Amino acid sequence: MASKITDADVRETAVLARLELGDEEIGRMTRELDAILGYMALLDQLDVSGVEPMTHAVSLDLPLRADVVEALEPQLPVAEALADAPRTHDAFFEVPKIIEVGD
Amino acid sequence: MSATKFEAVIGLEVHVQLQTQTKAFTSASAAFGAAPNTHTDPYTLALPGTLPVLSRAAVDAAMRMGLACACDITRRGRFARKHYFYPDSPKGYQISQLDEPLCKGGVVEFVLDGTVRKVRLNRIHMEEDAGKSMHAPDAPISLVDYNRAGVPLVEIVSEPDLRSAAEAGAYLRAIRQLVRWLGISDGNMEEGSLRCDANVSVRPAGTEKLGTKAELKNMNSFKHVEAAIEYEIARQSDLVARGERVAQETRLWNADKGTSHAMRSKEQAHDYRYFPEPDLPPLVVDDAWLARVRDELPELPLARLARFESLGLSAYDAGVLTADRHTADYFDEVVRAGAPAKKATNWIMIDLAVRVPPAHLADLIALVDAGTISGKIAKDVYEKMRADGRAPRAIVEAEGLTQVSDAGAIERVCREVVDANPKQVAQYKGGNPKILGFFVGNVMKATQGKANPEMVNEILKRLLS
Amino acid sequence: MIEGVAEIARAVRERKISAVEVLEAHAARIAADTLGCFYRLDPTAREQARAVDGKIARGEDPGLLAGVPVALKDLFVTKGLETTAGSKILEGWVPPYEGTPSRKLREAGAIVVGKLSMDEFAMGSSNENSAYGPVRNPWDPTRVPGGSSGGSAAAVAAGLVAGALGTDTGGSIRQPAALTGTTGLKPTYGRVSRYGVVAFASSLDQVGPFGRSALDVAHLLQAIAGHDPHDATSLDRPVPDYRAACDKPLGALRIGIPAEYFKDTPQAMGASVSSAIDELVKLGATKVPVELPHTRYGIAAYYIVATAEASSNLARYDGVRYGLRVAGSSLAQMYARTRAAGFGAEVKRRIMLGTYALRSGYYDAYYLRAQKVRTLIKRDFQRAFERCDVIATPTAPSTAFALGAKVDDPLEMYLNDVYTIPASLAGLPGMSIPCGFIEGLPAGLQLLGPPLGEEMLFAVAGAYQRATDWHTRRPPR
Repeated sequence: MASKITDADVRETAVLARLELGDEEIGRMTRELDAILGYMALLDQLDVSGVEPMTHAVSLDLPLRADVVEALEPQLPVAEALADAPRTHDAFFEVPKIIEVGD
Repeated sequence: MSATKFEAVIGLEVHVQLQTQTKAFTSASAAFGAAPNTHTDPYTLALPGTLPVLSRAAVDAAMRMGLACACDITRRGRFARKHYFYPDSPKGYQISQLDEPLCKGGVVEFVLDGTVRKVRLNRIHMEEDAGKSMHAPDAPISLVDYNRAGVPLVEIVSEPDLRSAAEAGAYLRAIRQLVRWLGISDGNMEEGSLRCDANVSVRPAGTEKLGTKAELKNMNSFKHVEAAIEYEIARQSDLVARGERVAQETRLWNADKGTSHAMRSKEQAHDYRYFPEPDLPPLVVDDAWLARVRDELPELPLARLARFESLGLSAYDAGVLTADRHTADYFDEVVRAGAPAKKATNWIMIDLAVRVPPAHLADLIALVDAGTISGKIAKDVYEKMRADGRAPRAIVEAEGLTQVSDAGAIERVCREVVDANPKQVAQYKGGNPKILGFFVGNVMKATQGKANPEMVNEILKRLLS
Repeated sequence: MIEGVAEIARAVRERKISAVEVLEAHAARIAADTLGCFYRLDPTAREQARAVDGKIARGEDPGLLAGVPVALKDLFVTKGLETTAGSKILEGWVPPYEGTPSRKLREAGAIVVGKLSMDEFAMGSSNENSAYGPVRNPWDPTRVPGGSSGGSAAAVAAGLVAGALGTDTGGSIRQPAALTGTTGLKPTYGRVSRYGVVAFASSLDQVGPFGRSALDVAHLLQAIAGHDPHDATSLDRPVPDYRAACDKPLGALRIGIPAEYFKDTPQAMGASVSSAIDELVKLGATKVPVELPHTRYGIAAYYIVATAEASSNLARYDGVRYGLRVAGSSLAQMYARTRAAGFGAEVKRRIMLGTYALRSGYYDAYYLRAQKVRTLIKRDFQRAFERCDVIATPTAPSTAFALGAKVDDPLEMYLNDVYTIPASLAGLPGMSIPCGFIEGLPAGLQLLGPPLGEEMLFAVAGAYQRATDWHTRRPPR
């Protein structure tokens, strides 16, 4: 398993997780995660070869739904859909400009 | 410039929107073109506490495509979460498939330059579409519409078997034809129900080792796809010929400039952090379901093309009729109603958009074959059939269009025309055979076009000789 | 005042008391509460009560839980009533839809009086991670009630409501039940719908009831259990009569005793739980030693799986469509600042851990391995249940600890869940019932059953609570 988690690891992970962490927080987080991951190394002791990963407690097949509009939940009127949005513009949700298109 | 020839190696990832009523994992409408944010519900907006519930119709449609491409259908499929932060991705992850996609392997066949090409597929998997964002022209903001968020997609991933831009274009067109044929999508690139990314690399001709590939995005029409791939092949060949490295990157096509540029490297590396979707147990496809979808598959385009050619149609005509399933089905119905294949083809190809009842068209052809009406009159009758939906016989009777084939009656009219036009008789006898048309025209006029043209010709020639 | 779910429902239905009177009595207690149990009250409570009384007056069936005042952990999405999940990032969020468990309670005639305090996004074992202030234990206000459903447990223990709903992902119903002297149940995974429950860890979260007795808990479970087409992981199995199960004779009950759960237990807790088990033996049960050899790996496996799923489930909190938004000069900065400002320290820690565990290159070593260890733990239980009907253990290693005692060491806080986590990983039903006091603070006995073994748990708990009176003790007012 992994060796110690470094400051750099934590910074990269914070970017992936979209969390802005200050320098002091990064330091603290590194220490805490390192301790926790160190504890996780316990799992390396086990031989898991041939063991299936567990998905559900009681085995279940995926139930499927009929193709009927609003059968599960009514659609939201536009005003309601936008009601809790921090910023809107006409009938749209507004965000700071997205720089790169095409993703 | 080096004289080394380069071979292009191309794979396409095609996303097709499925034409179901509802979105993949919720019952909000999947219809295109509605006013912004009118097709949302709690799941679509990723409100806290919402959960995905998969529609059977989406699986059906995806399975149809898989079976039509001879894929192996996975009996216990899994869904996966693909994480990325973006305003059009409301949950911060997209539900897709990774390890157990619905369809594995498969092949897409199409005809290009007279030969049948086979492109192997890697997989076809199901996923949900993202919302749409657009930039406000005069402010540093972007606007997001979630109508499209959650619409069901299939992603069709090919192996890198394509070797030219033209081949890629033909492959893409074949996919479009197939999804429309199966009734699972309208395959419209302009509206975004068919989208395509390309992976392109080059290698010296005759070698095996793959070159570094670049991913091309933002190609919004068949033409753009071909142009972008051509440009990329040239760009990479040029680099390699000069001994430079091709960067593994994502490039965006700029249709206006006819060039592509690399996306900023910061955006390149995506760690999607895939893991199996815990909110969706395995998707089980049992024997009965598989058999039903297989049985309900229509005869596929290439098979239909071959069958039409075996009926005597030219490759071109067969191709035109099978471009669209409704046209091909219509042709079959007209032939089933009794019309000979080639004649049916000629009539249908006058205007592919026209669909008079098959029995009527067959009847019209029969009337001409029996000599009841002339070919020319038949064209008028056809226009009337289009206009008001009446049967051909009804029109012929109502308007007295039955061809006159009574030799005596025709001879009487011919004599009248000949007698009335001595100048033209003299011209004909004087060595101008083309003037026969004048007499024919007048006889047809006098008989409202109903005289049997062959008989008119024969009798006039006799009278004028 | 009539107390308890079963008693109140009967009295209201029999017109011995009106729903409005019951509500008034509880409302007065709530108004006087200094424990911090409630985040907010439902302004429609009186209207709900009047509606129930109206139905009774018209001779209509008012429902299984007629007039029973209940409250919901603020993790339950309630239409028209603010829902925060204990977090600043959802401050002021008023949902436009109602989740299934709360809807079912209302349909059963229960009066939803308000939303209860909790650890933020259900992450915590003491309710100290609430962004809106901690909850105090009614038995000793300098101590925690447990978590993450601390408000739910405390409100029931203090008699503010007759019953409450919480959620249990790694012990968040059972542990606070033990620390507050109440009865709490985590059902089999999939027994109760998760639709309208703010997600923490999808493969572990379960909704469950708190009450002052097994019978009360059985009433609540009766109302909320069952298949839901909105939740693809909900079980499509018949719902038995849980209330009747409380009276079922024990027969030749075999109680599995796993040594792993007792070897490091502090002496007083071990003694308390052992004497509770002896009580069951007096009622005719036999003790059977069982082995659950993978118990010690539970916490590690849990904190990988749960945090990985949490990091994913919390990715939607980005300030775009609802909740808090902090401005940024770019989109990425807006996301990063919003989430940094909106999430508390424990939530951030778990998001970081979970994100790290799912990073490419680490997935096999962490998440995949942890999911395999889960299978090993589940197999342990399957083997054990071949030889016993129910497994008995302590619920928590200690009684309620002091506020502030464990906040500095996250790992130490995680170790609190050692006895509750394995059953969560295996998806098994687990109940905590009061079994005594240690230095004046409640101790809990945990009973674990096989999948869909809730009836067995109710039978054992019912028998125990007829023979003992720990569950009837009330904290000092």
